[in-house]
Amino acid sequence: MTPVEFADKYGLRVIETGCGEERQIEGAYCGDLLSMVMGRAKENDAFVTVMANVNTIAVAVLADVACVILCEGIHFDEMSLSRARQQEVCVLESDEPTFRIALRLGKELGLC
Amino acid sequence: MSGLKWTFEVDGNDFTRAGEASSSLKKKLRALGVSPDIIRRVSIALYEGEINMVIHANGGTIDVEMTPDRIDMVLKDTGKGIPDIEQAMQAGWSTAADEVRSLGFGAGMGLPNMKKNTDEMRIESTVGVGTTVYMTIYIS
Repeated sequence: MTPVEFADKYGLRVIETGCGEERQIEGAYCGDLLSMVMGRAKENDAFVTVMANVNTIAVAVLADVACVILCEGIHFDEMSLSRARQQEVCVLESDEPTFRIALRLGKELGLC
Repeated sequence: MSGLKWTFEVDGNDFTRAGEASSSLKKKLRALGVSPDIIRRVSIALYEGEINMVIHANGGTIDVEMTPDRIDMVLKDTGKGIPDIEQAMQAGWSTAADEVRSLGFGAGMGLPNMKKNTDEMRIESTVGVGTTVYMTIYIS
C-alpha cells in the first residue's frame, strides 16, 4: 500500500504528496527522538511521530522512509513543508494519536 | 591512491541547516552509483556528526574522501572538546541543552549511532581546543 492509498483509506490529510503515490509502505517506526528514529527506522517504513520540525524531514530523507505521518493534529511549519517539497518527502497528517495510526499500519502490514 | 574529495562547512548558528552536508553527499554518492546500504550508513553517520557540531561546537568542517574501496570522513571542530570520550560514547549520555532535546535530539544516541553505522571510528579531542572525528566505511 502506498502512503497516499493509506491516507485515502483512513482519512489522513495528504499535506505533501512527494513520492507517496509510488513508494510502498513496507514497515513502520514510531518515535520522536530523531536520533533513535534515524538509527532504527528502516527504508520504506512509515515514520509516525509528533515531532514537527525541519529536522524531522531531514531524518526522513536520510533514513529513506516511505512517508512521515504527523499525529495528534500537529502541523509542520512552512519551512519544514518547503524542505519536504524539495526532497520529495510524502507528509501525511492525522488528528488521531500515534498508537491508533500504528494499529492501522499494523493491520495493513498484516502484523495485527 | 587519491580519490574524490569534498569539503563541507557546517554552520553552527543554524540548527535548521544541519543535514545539508549529509544530504549533499547522499546525492553525490547516489549519482556515482554507490549502493543504497552504504549511502544510508554514510548519511546517518554524517548527519549525527553534523548535529553534534551544531549542538556542541558552533560548527566546523567536514572532509570526505572516496576511493574505490572506502569512504573516509573527517569532522573537525574548534569547540569546547570532550572531557571523557568513553563516557560520551555511552548510549544515553548527553550534555545537550533542553532546547536541543525539544527538537528531538540530545538523547545521547549520536556518537553510538555514528559508531554503529561505520566500520572504523576514532575520536581525538582536547578540552578547550576542539574535536576531530575520523570515520571510515568500506564499500566492498
